Amino acid sequence: MGERIAVRLTVNGKAHRVHTPPLKRLLDVLREDLRLTGTKEGCGEGECGACTVLLDGRTVNSCLVPAVHADGAKVVTVEGLGKGGALTKLQKAFVELGGAQCGICTPGMLMSAAALIKAAKGRVPSDPEVREALAGNLCRCTGYQRIVDAVRAAASKPAARKVARKRPPARKRVPARAAR
Amino acid sequence: MAHSRTAASEVTRRVTVLRPVSVGVNIPKLEAADKVTGRALYLDDLAVPGVLHGRTVRSTVARGRILGIHFDPAFDWSGFTIVDHRDVPGENIVALIVGDQPILASDQIRHADEPVVLLAHADAERVEAGVRAVRIDVEPLEPVLTMEDALAAGTRLYGEDNIFKHISIERGDLAAGFAAADLIVEGEYRCGHQEQLYIENNAMLAERTAEGGVSVRGSLQCPFYVHKALMHAFALPAEKVRVVQTVTGGGFGGKEDYPSIIAAHAALLAWKSGKPVKIVYDRAEDLAATTKRHPSWSRIRAGVKRDGTLLALEHEVVMDGGAYVTLSPVVLSRGAIHAGGPYRWGSSRIHARVVATNTPPNGAFRGFGAPQTLFAIECHMDRIAAALGLDPVELRRRNAVRVGDITPTGQTLRESVGAHEVLERCAKRSRWSEKRARFARENAAAAVAERAGRIAKSARRVRKGIGFALIYHGSGFTGSGEVKLASRAAVDLTPEGRPRVLAASTEIGQGTVTLFSQIVGEALGVPAAFVLVQQPDTDCVPDSGPTVASRTCMVVGGLLDECAREIRAKLELFAEDSWADAAGFTRVARRFLKARGPLRVEHGYKRPPEIVWDDDRYQGDAYGCFGYAAIAVEVEVDLDTAETKVVHVTTSQDVGKAIHPVMCAGQIEGGTLQGLGWALLEEVRWKDGRVWNNNLTNYIIPPSADTPPMDVDLVEMPYSRGPYGAKGVGEMPMDAPAPAVLAAIEQATGCVLSEIPATPERVLRAMLRGRA
Repeated sequence: MGERIAVRLTVNGKAHRVHTPPLKRLLDVLREDLRLTGTKEGCGEGECGACTVLLDGRTVNSCLVPAVHADGAKVVTVEGLGKGGALTKLQKAFVELGGAQCGICTPGMLMSAAALIKAAKGRVPSDPEVREALAGNLCRCTGYQRIVDAVRAAASKPAARKVARKRPPARKRVPARAAR
Repeated sequence: MAHSRTAASEVTRRVTVLRPVSVGVNIPKLEAADKVTGRALYLDDLAVPGVLHGRTVRSTVARGRILGIHFDPAFDWSGFTIVDHRDVPGENIVALIVGDQPILASDQIRHADEPVVLLAHADAERVEAGVRAVRIDVEPLEPVLTMEDALAAGTRLYGEDNIFKHISIERGDLAAGFAAADLIVEGEYRCGHQEQLYIENNAMLAERTAEGGVSVRGSLQCPFYVHKALMHAFALPAEKVRVVQTVTGGGFGGKEDYPSIIAAHAALLAWKSGKPVKIVYDRAEDLAATTKRHPSWSRIRAGVKRDGTLLALEHEVVMDGGAYVTLSPVVLSRGAIHAGGPYRWGSSRIHARVVATNTPPNGAFRGFGAPQTLFAIECHMDRIAAALGLDPVELRRRNAVRVGDITPTGQTLRESVGAHEVLERCAKRSRWSEKRARFARENAAAAVAERAGRIAKSARRVRKGIGFALIYHGSGFTGSGEVKLASRAAVDLTPEGRPRVLAASTEIGQGTVTLFSQIVGEALGVPAAFVLVQQPDTDCVPDSGPTVASRTCMVVGGLLDECAREIRAKLELFAEDSWADAAGFTRVARRFLKARGPLRVEHGYKRPPEIVWDDDRYQGDAYGCFGYAAIAVEVEVDLDTAETKVVHVTTSQDVGKAIHPVMCAGQIEGGTLQGLGWALLEEVRWKDGRVWNNNLTNYIIPPSADTPPMDVDLVEMPYSRGPYGAKGVGEMPMDAPAPAVLAAIEQATGCVLSEIPATPERVLRAMLRGRA
């Protein structure tokens, strides 16, 4: 299958060296050479965004990126989002608020959302901002409403969430029997 | 004293036995953890040693006779497995309803992209090159590509008249109804094809088993449909065919019947090569070859009184079935039954036909024929309202069904009729009256300002509109469908003492695993997350019927509820006590298993005595119950670009009971967006019987940036035979948006449209017509 070149890339913090045809899609390098199958293919033409990964911190459609282009780059995929098996706030919000239905667009959606949250630097992006930022990731299940809600919930300040989750001051407990 | 102590301890026990409550609660979705981490393995993610990649060689013409198949002698065919119709060990027929569709075409080509030859090779690129090295020599014949040509029957494709199925539903004295009418309103409405567009393309993996059978894993909705198709194709007994569903990236009906074909293809290649074979479609192939929503063409005549009373309805609908029967008769049936909308008609005649054409067969898509006829009748309700000078919501209010009313099939609606509830709530929540009046004023003022030249030249000329629709959707299989299906589902105990759901219902995004866990957990008094749900596998789950028709929660969930209650009764009787939590359940379950052996309870669907259906006359209880939905859609139309932007959606939907409100609302939002896409954007374009926009650049589904915020209002009018009152949810949201969109465009532009999608081209043409 023609000439192969050595491509060095860091994926989810781990350094890799793969021998690959220079024009092999980054998507296939991730899925086939590195067996990271979390990144999905939906259309193969950069329209659906299911294959979105972070390449040096920016979202790309990995089906449109040739392997040679990723040489020396840092790549983050959905497998690199959580640490040590724990879900990130964003992933948790998707689980709890209904952001994932069939789940095939979810990995790419999460990468675009993570990039948005990082760029927002602690500010909660508005509903239209989230819709604009995720416009390159097609979802056929959710109608996007719950994805937008999940992203905004995940972007809210941790302090604010802690306050909200704090229990109300303990009320005096009156034993039911005694009251009677 | 002793007596009072006993009573007190009983009270204490009742207080401590706090059962985990999960029905009606938004527990974290159980399937989702694997989906947000990338751990969920879809078919294409499976690593299978020694796997061959399968590809399909298809016809390029719509109709013709196969003269021969030419394999390029210059091409290196070593390592290839090649399969054609002669390699089918059993019948070369896709077993479904009527056996007219071959697994591989042998002699006649009946549609473009029809499968003819299969190739497999260990190298995915080689097999791709192989497809290009095969030429199918065909003597082309004149194809029939439109419903009109099919009806003219100049060329016979099927039977005498090219009609796959004909349904007639009559009720009351139609002639008297029209004679008594103050006004007769006529209209014609059309809908195009629509692609399901699950983001995971179709995919299957097949293996030849050591026992001389076939085993298939794949992305699919209905394991036992595939199972039946493989038994026929390979002439194998049931136990030698195994079908397992893998994590499925969306279905929407698109993975109801076509997976049987892909499974057969992969299995034929595996059978011949002796190696595992994977067939994963790319987007272009999936869009070109697989099933789509039936296009339809409705003609409606309605006789009404001046006060809006609906006296007589004649609704004639024709749908395009494509080249083979597949599911078309059933799609037509649901369409015909819904053709009157949720209204009291004094008399009605519904005449429905689905015709054969030389296009790829159309199939199941969320709503299954109902969105087409409901689109037509809801558009027509707006025509009637306009003709009478009535507010569209008021006309619907005066005629919407209530308990005791009778549908066109003669079904008396006995319970759980939420038509008025959803109508009133949606009208109020959307502030219908106020907005309808305000948009009319603002549009008129804008027009005056523009004519007077008081508007900057560069300003956008935008008009606003709000439209309303009211629909109902039958839950579960039509008529005697559920009786024929005789679905079964079971709950058993694992050796570790955990309850396990055994059902063939597939999780395709809607949350089947979570729903079943909630229903069974609730009945057993354990947390939902403690319940195990077996991945659908024909080797170990009973046939619960297909995952279609909004039946999973209501019908199969209902069976599981019965099973779980029986298990609980058995365990409580055995232990002479109950349990407080999962640990307590496990202790009792293990003691039971040790003392009595395995415990498995299976229940089958039983027809409720009051539900009676006559399939020959098309009369009776078409469904156990209906769900009801109202929607208000607000749009802005740019008069210069003719683009329509949906600004807001409000919808109230009667689901009986929301077992998981977040997932339920998620179904409604997702279905609503598919409805908006169908109404405005999604158009399958054809050239000589082939799809030419078979890619996501040219077949456009709504992205987040073009999707409005949605206000979903769950209305719960419980159905006595659904678990906790639940009715069907999945399909209903697809029915309502399209007619409301056209009504909103009409208010914005003053132009009446009667065909979807309402693309800018169509809206512009309508505006130009209006000006002429």
